[in-house]
Amino acid sequence: MRSLPGTITEAAALLRRREITAIELTDAALARAHADRFNAWLLVADDHARAQAKAADDRLARGSAPPLTGIPWACKDIIGTKGIETTAASKILKGYVPPYSATVVERLDAAGAVTVGKTNLDEFAMGSSNENSAFGPVKNPWDTTRVPGGSSGGSAVAVAAGEALFALGTDTGGSIRQPGALSGVVGMKPTYGRVSRYGVVAFASSLDQVGPFTRTVEDCAIVCQALFGKDPNDATTMDLAAEDLRRDLDRGVKGLRIGVPKEFFIDGMEKGVERAVRDALREYERQGAELVDVSLSLTDHGLAVYYIIQPAEASSNLARYDGVRYGQRVEGRDLLDTYRRTRGQGFGAEVKRRMILGTYALSAGYYDAYYVKAQKVRTLIKAEFDRAFAKCDAIVTPTSPTVAFKIGAKVNDPLAMYLNDVFTLPGNIAGLPGVSIPCGLSEGLPVGLQIMANSFQESTMFRVAAAYERATKHHELRPKEMAA
Amino acid sequence: MPIDRQTIVHVADLARIQLTDDEIGRFTDQLSVVLDAVARLAEVDTSVVAPSASTLPLHNVEREDEARPGLTTEQALANAPKGGRDGEFFRVQEVLEER
Repeated sequence: MRSLPGTITEAAALLRRREITAIELTDAALARAHADRFNAWLLVADDHARAQAKAADDRLARGSAPPLTGIPWACKDIIGTKGIETTAASKILKGYVPPYSATVVERLDAAGAVTVGKTNLDEFAMGSSNENSAFGPVKNPWDTTRVPGGSSGGSAVAVAAGEALFALGTDTGGSIRQPGALSGVVGMKPTYGRVSRYGVVAFASSLDQVGPFTRTVEDCAIVCQALFGKDPNDATTMDLAAEDLRRDLDRGVKGLRIGVPKEFFIDGMEKGVERAVRDALREYERQGAELVDVSLSLTDHGLAVYYIIQPAEASSNLARYDGVRYGQRVEGRDLLDTYRRTRGQGFGAEVKRRMILGTYALSAGYYDAYYVKAQKVRTLIKAEFDRAFAKCDAIVTPTSPTVAFKIGAKVNDPLAMYLNDVFTLPGNIAGLPGVSIPCGLSEGLPVGLQIMANSFQESTMFRVAAAYERATKHHELRPKEMAA
Repeated sequence: MPIDRQTIVHVADLARIQLTDDEIGRFTDQLSVVLDAVARLAEVDTSVVAPSASTLPLHNVEREDEARPGLTTEQALANAPKGGRDGEFFRVQEVLEER
């Protein structure tokens, strides 16, 4: 089977030199997606992809095509695609075909990219292992007995296994960065307010962002360039001056201050992860960056803030799944009973747990003690990041305390599962951008290095990420399991 | 145990979710552990702190109230569940009883 070029940049060059056509590239991606052995895909959209590829070839023939023209990509199945089933990996939405596309999909359509299909995820993006999908777990291509991370596990694996040149995910507490780390690819969450959520199934609206999975930092910046910007249909998007997100990629880190929070080097962290991240910090020093101690003393409380705000917002957002206008309905003896049966049978266990937790935190008598308290600590966490960024240009940490764990290892212990995101969710609470990049292997499995920057400072974040990537080449490592 | 069986049943009812007996038992145990963990927030002094609903420097975002194209009736009804459509309407069970 034909393999895809390694990166968007390479593929774009081949397309422009006429060494490959968009149709050939798309057929290769479709063949690989159909042959996928990791349960990464929920739907492969052959006809749609070929039609887009044909249009891309026409555009390339006319010249002046944008950089993503003809590039096959994978869409997390929580992002609405007009005319293509969108399930959020939930039984309750099985069969739902959106009448319109999410703004991010429209932007990629306009940029000439080719949608290969829809990828598997934890149901409604609730999970850190992709084991909560109603349509079965995704397997990690580095070791198929292990999870790929979640919730955007299918998107991470589609890129890691060379089945698409990039993918979109959503990140509410780490759902792009953590599977990026565990699957050995670049996974990036933009600053809250950068990317439209219009047409994306809402989870926790004050935390959700859409972002890309790619093989390289440069590819990540290219996709972000197409995604970023104000959308009149999402009032939380910021209207900022256009900027070239690739402008600082080659500048190196000499003279930059890199913040290292001691609270991110905890007891529960695997030795191999700590070793890889310490090596990365030394590499930055070697390149002339200054390492600065910063304090993020509330990191420990981030998990509590997150597990109040996120289920509370989710319980409100998911109230819309009532079996009346779309999705599956389970008829009961009266309307109220229909709601209860529809939701009881339509949602999986983790979604029900979070609905109950969130409803509890918002209920009379508990609202102030839980929800308002969490929002106050959120203010303090944001202030602590503000103080840290007064002392440094970027913060570098591990993405996850562990490498990919065994399928089934944490399914009966929600709290242990939630701890996977302890290093990523502070970024969502504070609205900051973060990217996870490959940081070598520990016991044969990928480690992720997280780089966070201040709000709207993605180009600095990319600069720091690219400096490490170019020096180490960890991003060129490939899983043995990858289909040849 | 910060949350008991009865509370789980009550909250599930508020959330309009039917649970099996087995789920009620499991969720009581699991959510007790989670609530114990989040209860640690009480340690943080927030006496002079305002809550943040969002991290954005945005406030009232306004636009002109203009008519724009939207979904057609057919598009809006296309995803109605089985038995959930009646002509140009969604069909649900009656909620008002005749006296």
